[in-house]
Amino acid sequence: MGKDGAPSYFTTRLEEFVNWGRKNALWPLPFGTSCCGIEMMASLCSDYDMSRFGAEVVRFSPRQSDLLIVAGIIVSKMAPVLRTVYDQMGDPKWVMSFGACASSGGIFNVYSVVQGIDTILPVDVYVPGCPPAPEGVIHALMRLQERVAKGETYSQRREVAARHQKSLG
Amino acid sequence: MREDWLMLIAELKSRFTSMVEEVRIPGEYSTDVPIFYVKKEGILDVLQYLKTVSGSGYEFLSDITATDEMGGEEKTHRFEVVYQLFSHQRKSRIRVKVRVKENEEVPTAVHLWNAANWAEREVWDMFGIRFSGHPNMRRILMDSRWKGHPLRKDYPLRGYQIFPTPEEPDPKLLE
Repeated sequence: MGKDGAPSYFTTRLEEFVNWGRKNALWPLPFGTSCCGIEMMASLCSDYDMSRFGAEVVRFSPRQSDLLIVAGIIVSKMAPVLRTVYDQMGDPKWVMSFGACASSGGIFNVYSVVQGIDTILPVDVYVPGCPPAPEGVIHALMRLQERVAKGETYSQRREVAARHQKSLG
Repeated sequence: MREDWLMLIAELKSRFTSMVEEVRIPGEYSTDVPIFYVKKEGILDVLQYLKTVSGSGYEFLSDITATDEMGGEEKTHRFEVVYQLFSHQRKSRIRVKVRVKENEEVPTAVHLWNAANWAEREVWDMFGIRFSGHPNMRRILMDSRWKGHPLRKDYPLRGYQIFPTPEEPDPKLLE
C-alpha cells in the first residue's frame, strides 16, 4: 500500500516469498541440557529478546517447531533421544549447535560424550563459546536467516532435491 | 573418635577373626576414615553386624563403588569393591573393602540395604563386577548395547560408542 493509501504491489518469485516467510518465523525447540541452556534462556528473555527476529514462540513439541537449538552436552545415552526429536520435527527444519560441547564435545573428550552433534544429525549453524554470549546466539540466528532466505540450508536443499526427483518422474 | 574406632576394630577382629584381612586407621595410614579389608566370604556377615548390632550402628549405606587396581604391585586381585558406611548416632564413617579378581562375583547386599540395588548395578556397569543374588543385574547408566565397562583401566579413554537409534525397552519395565 502506498503512503496515500493507493493500492500498490511488487513482484517476486514464490520461492523467495516462502523463504522470506520461513526466515522470519523460526520457532525454536529448546533442547537445553546444561549450562548453555541458561544462556539460551537469557537470549530468549526480554534483555536480548530473540523474538525480534521472529523466533517468537518457543515450542517444546517437535511437531510445532522449525529450529532445533541443541544447547549443551549431549551424552551418548541422550544421542538417540535427540535423533528421535529431530526425526519428529516436520520439514523444513533447521539445527543450531549451541556452544562448544554440542559442536565438538568441548572439554569432554571421553567415552560418554558425543563428539559433536553433527555425528548424529545435520547442523546448519554452529555457535562457538563456552557458553556463547547472547549476542553470539543472535548473530547465529541472523546468519541462519540469511541462509534460509537464500535457500542454502540442509532441509531446503533436501526439499529441492526431492522436488527435482519428482519432476523427473 | 579414635577410641571408638579402636574398640570397633578390636570387636570386629575378635568376632570375625579369619575374615578381617587388614585394618588401616587414620594416623598410621594416609586415610580419613578406618578401612577394613574383609574376605569376600565374610563380607555379608560383617556388613550385617555393622548395620544391625547395637553399639556399632553403621546403619546407613552411603555408597558402593569400586577401584581398578590393574598394574598394581599386588597381583592377588584386580578390583577392590568399596562400601561406604555412615553412623548417624556416632556421626562417623567407615569404609569396608573387598578384594576381588576379574570375573569373580561378590554377594549382593540388597537384602541389607535397598540402596545397594542401584549402587551395585552401577559397579557392574562401570567395572564389570557381578553381584550374585542381585534381583536385577542390568546396566544402569550406559546403553544396554554398550560393549565393555568404561571405568576399567583397560577400557580406552576415548572408546566412543554412539547409538543413533533408541535402545529396546526392557520388557520387564513395560509390564
